Amino acid sequence: MNMNLTLKVWRQKNAQDKGKMVEYKVTNISDHMSFLEMLDVLNEDLVNKNEEPVAFDHDCREGICGMCSLHINGEAHGPDRGVTTCQLHMRMFKDGQTIYIEPWRAKALPVIKDLIVDRSALERIQHAGGYISVNTSGNTQDANAILIRKSDADKAMDAASCIGCGACVATCKNSSAMLFVAAKVSQFSYLPQGQIERKERVMNMVEQMDKEGFGNCTNTGACEVECPKGISLEFIARMNREYFGAKIVSEK
Amino acid sequence: MSKLDSKIPEGPVAQKWTNYKNHINLVNPANKRNIDIIIVGTGLAGGSAAATLAEQGYNVKTFCYQDSPRRAHSIAAQGGINAAKNYMGDGDSTYRLFYDTVKGGDYRSREANVHRLAEVSANIIDQCVAQGVPLARDYGGLLDNRSFGGTLVSRTFYAKGQTGQQLLLGAYSAMNRQIARGKIQMFNRHEMMDVVIVNGKARGIIARNMITGEIERHSAHAVVIASGGYGNVYYLSTNAMGSNGSAAWKAHKKGAFFANPCFTQIHPTCIPRSGDYQSKLTLMSESLRNDGRIWVPKKIEDAKAIQQGKLKPIQIAEEDRDYYLERRYPSFGNLAPRDISSRAAKERCDAGYGVNATGEAVYLDFATAINRYGKEKALILGIQSPTKEKIIELGEKVIEEKYGNLFQMYEKIVDQNPYKTPMMIYPATHYTMGGLWVDYNLMTTVPGLYCIGEANFSDHGANRLGASALMQGLADGYFVLPYTIGDYLAPDIKTGPIPTNSTEFDEAEKAIKEKLTFFINNKGEHSVDYYHKKLGKIMWDKVGMGRTVKSLEEAIVEIQQVRDEFWKNVKVPGQMNELNPELEKATRVADFMELAELFAKDALNRNESCGGHFREDFQTEDGEALRDDVNYAYVAAWEYTGKPSEAILHKEELKFEELEFKTRSYK
Repeated sequence: MNMNLTLKVWRQKNAQDKGKMVEYKVTNISDHMSFLEMLDVLNEDLVNKNEEPVAFDHDCREGICGMCSLHINGEAHGPDRGVTTCQLHMRMFKDGQTIYIEPWRAKALPVIKDLIVDRSALERIQHAGGYISVNTSGNTQDANAILIRKSDADKAMDAASCIGCGACVATCKNSSAMLFVAAKVSQFSYLPQGQIERKERVMNMVEQMDKEGFGNCTNTGACEVECPKGISLEFIARMNREYFGAKIVSEK
Repeated sequence: MSKLDSKIPEGPVAQKWTNYKNHINLVNPANKRNIDIIIVGTGLAGGSAAATLAEQGYNVKTFCYQDSPRRAHSIAAQGGINAAKNYMGDGDSTYRLFYDTVKGGDYRSREANVHRLAEVSANIIDQCVAQGVPLARDYGGLLDNRSFGGTLVSRTFYAKGQTGQQLLLGAYSAMNRQIARGKIQMFNRHEMMDVVIVNGKARGIIARNMITGEIERHSAHAVVIASGGYGNVYYLSTNAMGSNGSAAWKAHKKGAFFANPCFTQIHPTCIPRSGDYQSKLTLMSESLRNDGRIWVPKKIEDAKAIQQGKLKPIQIAEEDRDYYLERRYPSFGNLAPRDISSRAAKERCDAGYGVNATGEAVYLDFATAINRYGKEKALILGIQSPTKEKIIELGEKVIEEKYGNLFQMYEKIVDQNPYKTPMMIYPATHYTMGGLWVDYNLMTTVPGLYCIGEANFSDHGANRLGASALMQGLADGYFVLPYTIGDYLAPDIKTGPIPTNSTEFDEAEKAIKEKLTFFINNKGEHSVDYYHKKLGKIMWDKVGMGRTVKSLEEAIVEIQQVRDEFWKNVKVPGQMNELNPELEKATRVADFMELAELFAKDALNRNESCGGHFREDFQTEDGEALRDDVNYAYVAAWEYTGKPSEAILHKEELKFEELEFKTRSYK
């Protein structure tokens, strides 16, 4: 079935510009299209009319790179659950509907242009401790010399599946990055390889998170609902335990 | 006399790498501080190289067009990574991985490189586990393995269906450690526009800051291209939207030979296309072929009824299904290599047995596996004489544990439940074996210009085996380049920083600004995508899965025409000095327009069928590829001379000292 839709899209020339919502019409949209393919159609249309196309982030278009974002009708990654915007399909919408499309809104994720935001604050949190200090010499011990309980390995994997898209921040009323940071902290805390630097890691990453201007967590749980990878709120609880445990014995 | 010197070390193939490492020049740790290295691309190859080189003490600058190295398209690799660990005790060894890879590549890869790859494969797994990559474990806490196409052992390590993501995050975490120490400077949202050559050596790049549009000069003592493959020359592929061949092509135009461009992998299991608006194709991991059986209807009338929507796959009786891979290749069955499986699917669809409205799809069916796993699980749980429903319920759970995220991805795209009805799949462009020619040191024909990962040509010959791309990327980056580049840089310890105010930098910058200005001022009629789609259609129809002399000759003419039209009539809105996605696309598509022609020219030159290159005029009576080892056992390395049509062919003869040529049979 094909649809005609009204789009209200956030347009902002650059970081300094104030920005505003602009209305567009798109016609003959197939329900098999992905949401971003619908935006491609809009952009092709705009180019043909000598207007500037809408800038939005996207890359793999299969829900794994974490590049795409968008607040769609007030929801991060749109109305579907467990998907990124690039996996959202037009069958989730109805003919004649009006769709509001906005960038992530958070102080720590400023708009660069139109729907594109700067997520380098998330990167800097990673740099502060999102690693295990091991050289890539190839002379580490045999992989099977480290035994890991399957349930721990699976939990670490669940935490590690975060794609760093920033939906958790965008959807949080406090613009908190706790789910993102908790995922990384938890991944390493479940693994024997992560134990040595466990305390320093959580302290450093949390410190950087606070410096970047992200808000605090008030356990609302919106992040978990909107997370395209289903990262559990449990990890935030785990990070809090990690943090307090580290803080109590901290020598700093 | 060929200009190509592969620099393969002397000695037996199994000892070359060890001997080589014992005799190369090293750079003392204190001197590494005086040396700068630029790495373009931050996927598995570039990211791992950046981390290791920075650990060693070099000053590393990385460039990527995404907003973070973690987003490089290596992240989308689903199924796994090969390593000759023999943890399963099923007879695997370095030699067997080496043999499988050479055979899988249809004897068109370099023996010495492949052996080195197999040797370091085991270290990769050790390394990744040490970094905290959560590879799948079994209940005893040991690592688990599965099988991939073209092998008879289980040597594939995996992290759910997200192996590439986890390995990339591992490499990125190793980078993070170096970024924190200031040893890696990241330039994200930056695109390399050209390589700068000074006195015959690669000494830097010109990059565009994609946010401000500023053109920047960056110098270094060596430049590493790790920018991935050129599969998007087909417009539709499983690559990311931004994946492009421009860094490699720019290097080619600056003197690096381009090898075997026609060796392209068409992956057999992708979600079929649904309409003209389609922007990309989605892969369904090869790991699914461990448990999925591929079939089409045996009777043409059933196929027609399915195409018209009058019949459903589950209504077709078992005896009326043609499991064509099991029929044609009984010993490898559904795990036949990618090139062979793709062609077999095309053969059935061309014959009219395709199973969706376009006739371009085959089934990948999990019903048998669900039933088998269900019975096993019932036994484990001690359920006496379980009902059929109970078996299916238990079996679906097992399948969900193994492939849950892939099944979810399929359902979201196609809107059908693959637990209940077979998946529909069709081949799509996935990976390019061809790329910049490199010697044993991974250096291109330009001194100081290296190329690693998918962007080079070296290890996969004419066809890559599943789960080997991740292996090669990390092998090149963690374990090969860090040795070989030191040998080249040893004489550079007293050179000092390379100035960026030389005429070479001036000229390179000027040429780029002129080109960008041209696009902005052209004010043509059609968008960049309009031309990219046209190019893609020519490539898919005429330089795709089945190639003929006629189709290739036509393709070359048509590519030239589209290219001319593109330059005359392309329209790029917006300005140079701002974030401008249309301008980014324009520069990439301009390069694809040239690369495509060389691609077709290479395919026309290679009068044989091997791996991903299938010439319909060279096949056996039963439709298998007919290779010509007497005349074509060489790497075709093309030298740029101003136009793709006038590229000069250089041949690197492939000598097989350890292995002998065999017809590649999976029957």
